[in-house]
Amino acid sequence: MSKVQVTTSINGEEMEFLCEPQQTLLEVLRETLSRTGTKEGCATGDCGACSVLVDDRLVCACLMLGVEAEGHEITTIEGIATDDGLHPLQQKFLEHAALQCGICTPGLIVAAKSLLEKHPDPDETTIRYWLAGNLCRCTGYDKIIRAVQDAAKELAHPA
Amino acid sequence: MAEAVDYKVIGTSPIRPDGVDKVTGRAQYGADLNLPNMIYGRVLRSPHAHARIKRIDTSRAEAMKGVYSVVSGKDFPEAEHGEIGGEGGGDISDLAKNIMARDKVLYHGHPVAAVAARSQRVAEEALAAIEVEYEVLTPVLDLDTAMASDAPLVDENCYTKNLPEKPDKPSNIAAVMQLGRGDVDQGFEQADVIVEGEYRIPAAHQGYIEPHACIANTNESGQSTVWCCTQGHFEFRAMTAKVLNMNVADLKFVASEIGGGFGGKTVVYLEPVAVLLSRKAHRPVKMMMTREEVFRATGPASGTHIKVKVGARKDGTITAATAWMAYEAGAFAGAPMGPGAMSVFAPYDLENFKVEAFDVLVNKPKVAAYRAPGAPQSMHAMECALDELARKLGMDPIDLRLKNAADEGTQAPYGPKFPAIGLKACLNAAKNHPNYTKPLPEGAGRGIAVGFWFNVGMQSSAEVHINENGTVTVVEGNPDIGGSRASMCLMAAETLGVPYEQVRAIIGDTESTGFSNVTGGSRTTFATGMAVVRACEDIIAQCRARAAATWGVDEDQVLWEDGQATPAPGVNADVKPLSLADIAANAAKTGGPLLGRASLNAQGAGASFSVNIADVQVDRETGKVDVLGFTAIQDAGRAIHKAYVEGQMQGGAAQGLGWALNEEYIYDANGVMQNAGFLDYRIPVASDLPMIDCEIVEVPNPSHPYGVRGVGETPIVAPLAATANAVRDAVGIRIHDLPLSPPRIVAAIDAAGS
Repeated sequence: MSKVQVTTSINGEEMEFLCEPQQTLLEVLRETLSRTGTKEGCATGDCGACSVLVDDRLVCACLMLGVEAEGHEITTIEGIATDDGLHPLQQKFLEHAALQCGICTPGLIVAAKSLLEKHPDPDETTIRYWLAGNLCRCTGYDKIIRAVQDAAKELAHPA
Repeated sequence: MAEAVDYKVIGTSPIRPDGVDKVTGRAQYGADLNLPNMIYGRVLRSPHAHARIKRIDTSRAEAMKGVYSVVSGKDFPEAEHGEIGGEGGGDISDLAKNIMARDKVLYHGHPVAAVAARSQRVAEEALAAIEVEYEVLTPVLDLDTAMASDAPLVDENCYTKNLPEKPDKPSNIAAVMQLGRGDVDQGFEQADVIVEGEYRIPAAHQGYIEPHACIANTNESGQSTVWCCTQGHFEFRAMTAKVLNMNVADLKFVASEIGGGFGGKTVVYLEPVAVLLSRKAHRPVKMMMTREEVFRATGPASGTHIKVKVGARKDGTITAATAWMAYEAGAFAGAPMGPGAMSVFAPYDLENFKVEAFDVLVNKPKVAAYRAPGAPQSMHAMECALDELARKLGMDPIDLRLKNAADEGTQAPYGPKFPAIGLKACLNAAKNHPNYTKPLPEGAGRGIAVGFWFNVGMQSSAEVHINENGTVTVVEGNPDIGGSRASMCLMAAETLGVPYEQVRAIIGDTESTGFSNVTGGSRTTFATGMAVVRACEDIIAQCRARAAATWGVDEDQVLWEDGQATPAPGVNADVKPLSLADIAANAAKTGGPLLGRASLNAQGAGASFSVNIADVQVDRETGKVDVLGFTAIQDAGRAIHKAYVEGQMQGGAAQGLGWALNEEYIYDANGVMQNAGFLDYRIPVASDLPMIDCEIVEVPNPSHPYGVRGVGETPIVAPLAATANAVRDAVGIRIHDLPLSPPRIVAAIDAAGS
């Protein structure tokens, strides 16, 4: 089967790849581009482990085709930390022990980043509904919610 | 010993040493590794719940371009019978047949063949080219049908075990177990009040977010290296060796990071298949399950049917209790009816009780351990019955339990006398907790329940290396499923007297550290922690010996305080204390590198008790239950990493709430699971739950150097009954079966109203 050439930007880096028309963005990220930080939990859009940002819109990478990345800017978990170090969400997830096994963590951090960009000061209910598409089986969400609340504070008033 | 001590780092909540890699996407989980020349394996699964395999023709698949190897049942050696061991239990021969069906398929999703091909898509096309001819048989799908005397047989060679004599004909009852004490008939005669209840709970899945995945790389001498997500790579090696009739020395297992397990990653599914495919293909083979495969062919926890009867005097003293419990094993024997039977009455000091338990074959996937396997179901029945008993007696439900609570010296229903346990402390903590007495909103309900798990010890190994600058590397053999590296580092730092930040823990593979049993049974912080402490004590002994040699004094003249060797009082006062870094820097001159080690078979895992308080609001029109508040109180013995202990309590609460309210395997009449995905098998999401309040009770376990009791499993036990009791309180109707899903609640309200 002939492959399609796709030009896109991943974590700010311009990138070209070849993919089969039926390959999902998740498969391309993980297998073609070795960006394995984005996880597969279901491949049906139900668990959020593959959450990425496409031009700042929160998307399950398993529900988007690789060819659809053409011309868009993709942000994955590998692009969240900066030269200055961890993003406040990453730091607060660590400080609050908001991860146990950690498989859902990349997706949750990407989703939470998207949340805080749109709602810089969310209440608990807003956080819970925003993150309702990201399944975590280990934590009961308590410490995740607290980490996001704390990160929101940190972003509003950097220490 | 573990009386109130001022610890330096134990009981704090520092950042885990593996944390940064897990929040940046660097950490490598089961599906994240790729090897040069790697190909992909996929499994062909049975479309029938029960059928005889008449013929398998793989020739078309084998001839396809890009297909490198194909295997089916005939490629596997005949596996011998023998205990698997570990937390799940069962028979090796059954395990082998579960991995790849031989003459019969026993559930929808049972593997019948596998292929390895250059891509996943080619592999899937090759699966479609395999021809399998089946003779479809009647599936056995529920406990009532399975236990009937004229039931179709899942296994024609299954003769009930543990009966006085081998039965004269086979049945679906694989084993029975009985447990008892005293005279229950007499006990019920002494009772003023008797309650009886019958409770059914469907199978529920562990629901780890990471599907099973592995890579096997088998070379031409037959040696194979396997990378996989597992709760125990040593036991995966043992199982794979037995299933493939290989020498364990020819297998190296490397545990990746693990994306959840909860008991479900204690048995092999893919690994032996990948080793065989790789052997035939002469290439590394990667296998990853889809979520649908995870639901259809791994886990789940047993569906159960349990009856309990409890009698008590007016003052609440229980005079007798009986339980009858049937556990679905799935397609092969080995349901956790033993722990179910041994836990049902464990929190109580009973003179007269009797338990009968059944391990029952049905045409569903073989059950696997799920957090306190067997206990959530049996204790749900007992704790609901006690709630009814408290109502009949007009007693506070906590007082009723305090009246009968086991304590130090009580002979547990399963045999031994309890050493110091924290049940009464947890009950009193619940009674005094503000969440127990705060007013409920109009129409809401509150319920409580007790949870329990035995906890286990088993074998663990640990090595401690002191690096040349005095920093510390701990090597252990238990995959870190929820922060255990941090706990190991804390115990090592406390024991050696060095800062936590100077200690790192790694998980060795099967060739680089000593044998360790699975991360299961809530054993890791207890047993492997004990090995780490002993290995650190080995280091301290060596450091004292080296300081003594340096100073020219006897070893008993050297103390170890605050991470340094110091001279005992009265010894030559001129010598300066030697820190771990000093001794490490000088190691070449004093006998070489510092390496401590310990291996043990840990005894004395202390039982862990819990009490949960659930507040719910029920929409009487739609049947939807909102969890308004949830409080988890549990004896941790000693919390090593406080936040991760809370995390276990909160996570177990969430899983228990899911089981109580939503989660269930739904089958059609042919035995095909109808909800094999996260959309329809609905685990709790963030918007379903409130904050989960935790209170850690600490009644130190006398068998552990820091008083640790396992904390991982107990948290899932009490939420089922606590939630059901809260719903009972809210709607005024006892609904015996789980889950308490909207249709079930609406039906119960309608039935009560008509």
